[in-house]
Amino acid sequence: MASLQRSIPLKEIQKILSADVILDEGWLRGEIKTVYCSDLMSDILSFGDSSSLLITGLINPQTIRTAEMVDIAAICFVHGKIPHQDTIEMAKKNEIVLLSTKYSMYEACGRLYCARMSKSIDLP
Amino acid sequence: MRRLTEIHKVQELVFRLKTSDAKASEVVILSPNTMMSEVRSILRKNKIAAAPIVAEQKVLGIISVNDYLNWLTAGREDCCVEKCMSVNVKFLYDDEPLTDAIKCFDRYGFYEFPIINRKTGNFAGIITRRDIIMGLLRALEIDYHEMEISSYSGHTFFQDMAADHTELMLSFSVAGKNIQHGGDVASKLKKNLHHLGLHPDIIRKTAIATYEAEMNLIIYGGGGTVEVFMDADVIHIEVKDKGPGIPDIQKVLQPGYSTAPDWVRELGFGAGMGFTNIQNCSNTLDIISKVGKGTTVKIRIGLDPGKSIK
Repeated sequence: MASLQRSIPLKEIQKILSADVILDEGWLRGEIKTVYCSDLMSDILSFGDSSSLLITGLINPQTIRTAEMVDIAAICFVHGKIPHQDTIEMAKKNEIVLLSTKYSMYEACGRLYCARMSKSIDLP
Repeated sequence: MRRLTEIHKVQELVFRLKTSDAKASEVVILSPNTMMSEVRSILRKNKIAAAPIVAEQKVLGIISVNDYLNWLTAGREDCCVEKCMSVNVKFLYDDEPLTDAIKCFDRYGFYEFPIINRKTGNFAGIITRRDIIMGLLRALEIDYHEMEISSYSGHTFFQDMAADHTELMLSFSVAGKNIQHGGDVASKLKKNLHHLGLHPDIIRKTAIATYEAEMNLIIYGGGGTVEVFMDADVIHIEVKDKGPGIPDIQKVLQPGYSTAPDWVRELGFGAGMGFTNIQNCSNTLDIISKVGKGTTVKIRIGLDPGKSIK
C-alpha cells in the first residue's frame, strides 16, 4: 500500500497507465489518495478506503465483491485483462470504476510510484 | 433557515480556502519565444482565454485573446509573444484566501490570474472563475462527507425504537462450493447495516468479517448458515456449517496458515489471512469445532468503537 504525496485525479491515473476505461459511471472525475496492489483477497480486505485504487491481475467476480467490502473506488486490471460482463455489471451496481492497462503489475506500479513522487504538476 | 446556513458555509469556505487549494490542475503556459501566429490555436485547443508567459519559473507576462486581437488589427508581422504580451500582470499569492481572488475578478474583469509562491516568487499555477467554483464544490463535498460520517455516530435505528430491548435478527443460508456467489451475504448485510444508519467503520468491519467467514463456509464447510443478531450495543455474527471441522484451531489462527486447494488459491483466496482479518475487525472471535461434525464461528463487533462490549 502506498499513500500518495498528493491526491491524483483518476483521470490522470488513467493517462499514466495508458488505461482503457471499462466502466466509468461518472466517477472518473474522482481523486485517488491510496494505491494498493495485490492478487490476494485477504490482503485487500486488510486495508482500503473510499479513495483508493486497487491494481490486480484477478478479474473474477470476487475481486469486485472484495472491493465492495472495503469501499475501494477504482480497480485497474493489468496485462490488458477485461473481466466478464457479469463482473462488470457487479461493479456497476457498486459504482466502482474499472480500468484496464496493458502494463504488467510491476510496470503499472512503477509508473504510479514515479508520478506519486512528483509533488507538483509537471509544467510543459 | 437552511439556506442561510448553507450560505454561511460558503462564506466560511471562501475565507478558509487559499488560492492554492482551488488552482487549476492542468495549466497551459507559453515560453517567451512562442510565435504570435501560434497563439490562436493554443488558446483554442485548450479552450482558454489567456495564458501566462513563464521562463525560469517566473511570470514574464500574460497573453490574452485581447492582446492577440490587438496584434491582428495592427497588422504587425509575426513575432515572439514576449513583444505583444501584457507585462503589468496582476497576480495572486498562493496563500491568499479565495475571497481576495473573487474581489480581483470583480475589480479587473480578467479571465484568469497567475498564482505566485509568496516565498520564492515562482509561478505556482493559474486560477479562473471556474476553478473557484470547482474548489468550493470540492470543499463542500468533503465537508458533506465528514458531516455524513459524524451524523452516523448519533442516532441509529435501535435508539429510535421505543422498547426496553430491541433486537434484530437476519438469517442467510449459503450453498457450498458455489464460489461465484461468494460474498452475496456480506454484500446484503452491508447494505442492510447502511439502511440502519450504523457508523461506516462498523459497517466495514462487519462486512469484512462476514465476507471472510462466508468464504470459509463456501470453501471448507460445504455451505451452511449465517445468522446476525443485533441490538443497540453489539452485532453478533454466527456462522455455522456441518463440514469436516477444524482439527487444530490454534493453527488456523496463525497468520499465513492455509489448507486451501489450488482452485481456491487461483481466485486469490487461501492466503491464510482469513481469521486474522476477522480478528482485526471484531471485538471477540470464538471458534467451536468438532472433526467430522462441523464448525461454528462466533464474531462480535461493538457498535460504539470507543466502548468495550459485555
